[in-house]
Amino acid sequence: METPSKTLYGVYTDPDETVAAVRALRRDGVRIREVYCPFPVHGLDEAMGYKPTNISVSAFVFGATGCSLAALMIWYMNIHDWPMNIGGKPSFSFAENFPAFVPVLFESTVLLAAHGMIATFYFVTKLFPGFPPRNPDKRSTDDRFVMEIELADQSLSEKEIEELLQKTGATEINRA
Amino acid sequence: MGVGLIAYLIGTGVGVWGLNRTVNWAWDITNFVWWVGIGHAGTLISAILLLFRQRWRMSINRSAEAMTIFAVICAGMFPLMHMGRIWVAYWTLPLPNTFGPLWVNFNSPLLWDVFAISTYFSVSLGFWYTGLIPDFATVRDRQTIPFMKIIYRITSMGWKGGVKDWQRFEEVSLVLAGLSTPLVLSVHSVVSFDFATSVIPGWHTTIFPPYFVAGAIFSGFAMVLTLLLVMRKVLHLEDYITIYHVENMNKIIIVTGSIVGVAYITELFISWYSGVMYEQYAFINRATGPLAWSYWIMMSCNVISPQLFWIKKLRTNLVFTFFMSLVVNVGMWFERFVIIVTSLHRDFLPSAWTMFYPTYVDIGIFIGTLGIFFTLFLLFSRTFPVIAIAELKSILKISGEAQKKQQAEKAVEHSIH
Repeated sequence: METPSKTLYGVYTDPDETVAAVRALRRDGVRIREVYCPFPVHGLDEAMGYKPTNISVSAFVFGATGCSLAALMIWYMNIHDWPMNIGGKPSFSFAENFPAFVPVLFESTVLLAAHGMIATFYFVTKLFPGFPPRNPDKRSTDDRFVMEIELADQSLSEKEIEELLQKTGATEINRA
Repeated sequence: MGVGLIAYLIGTGVGVWGLNRTVNWAWDITNFVWWVGIGHAGTLISAILLLFRQRWRMSINRSAEAMTIFAVICAGMFPLMHMGRIWVAYWTLPLPNTFGPLWVNFNSPLLWDVFAISTYFSVSLGFWYTGLIPDFATVRDRQTIPFMKIIYRITSMGWKGGVKDWQRFEEVSLVLAGLSTPLVLSVHSVVSFDFATSVIPGWHTTIFPPYFVAGAIFSGFAMVLTLLLVMRKVLHLEDYITIYHVENMNKIIIVTGSIVGVAYITELFISWYSGVMYEQYAFINRATGPLAWSYWIMMSCNVISPQLFWIKKLRTNLVFTFFMSLVVNVGMWFERFVIIVTSLHRDFLPSAWTMFYPTYVDIGIFIGTLGIFFTLFLLFSRTFPVIAIAELKSILKISGEAQKKQQAEKAVEHSIH
């Protein structure tokens, strides 16, 4: 008797087939843990039942922070702490000198928005130099789409899931 | 050589350049603007064309972005060197200090430059690296040499390519492209403000920001072509970087080259129309004065010769394109030289008029940056995925030749059954 496996991996070769397979399996009540893809497959997130990502909110938040911090810095340095008169252009108030401050405000906004968003992305997708690769099948970064199904807590039996995988076009089924 | 001369320059002082009291900006700033301009094409390809959903950008964007980063590195060295005392370069940053405290002046375009260039560099780097992660993962999973495995394992940061990861990845790429687009336009506008906000005839023009941006894209695309035409030959990427891509880039060169040409003529007209003696003289001096040869090099390289690309045969000819890309690069270098040196060397007081002659240090450092640029690009093409693998795969089904054939066969089969 072989030991009962915990995870099934259905390997597909075509993106459209994968999307159709995900739809079919989920319709039959199979819970799919993850699909590893070599490139972004459009419609797969929707088929998996994921909502659109709201990661771009982070860009807005960081951008707003960058803009306000820059405004505070400029106001403090050039208006409040040490106003200078350079070339006959004195620093009277933030409002009066505002046009000259626009470039730095803009650059600071972009700087923080971009880096903040990148950092957020690395954080939520758990990316960090030296982290071990977490794709179960090496071919999933090349040309295979690997569907990962945990066998615990499924309403269907292992055999039924296997049949479904085969029916939807999986070229091979692996276990772990 | 470049490194040696830079050391000599820093050790001795900016006096070793050919600058004098009248011509206080010359090759250094010419090179700076030239390099920054070259950098712009990379961001344009990766960001603006992404927003316009131009699929053809995919096979060239990776190397174009790399070029951006290397070009900005080269560009950034010149203002630093021009400071003379490079060890106090941090004075340009808004840091608390013991001088008063004396803060940096946020009204100054030169400070805007510090912010613009450093933001541009770091954001481009982040954008580029984020796009590279999935491709590093692909390379990681195909590696057989243990040492390389470790390297790519570190650089790919544990990418797994799950559905949610890709969803976020796409969103991040899109938003970063949206951020980079105004950024790239702002950077060269800020560079042009260095000139446009001054009161020097020939610099003091409101047309500068758009004109500099067009020129930047123009020269950048020329440099992309120079590099890619060599790279595609050496790395056998003929199937990825096709005549179609080259032709599209050449079309952009025609458009931006024509914009630049219109800007030159507008400048001439406005200087006459302004009625200001100094302004008028600055332009007469440009076209007919002692440095007229550089003006006519600029005109013929940037305005006249790109018009040859209207002919389809020439635009799809690789050898001609390569030659033209060099011509455009030369022309754009001279544009900056003309703007900077000819506007300065004959200023308001004829008694202060001088000529500018570059010294061997000027020339050497410029050649040195070319060397750094090409070395970095070579290292990149040896070790990095030079084509955006994941992105290209995602359009394979729609535009790949083999796939098209397969689908056509399928359709035939269907019609038989």
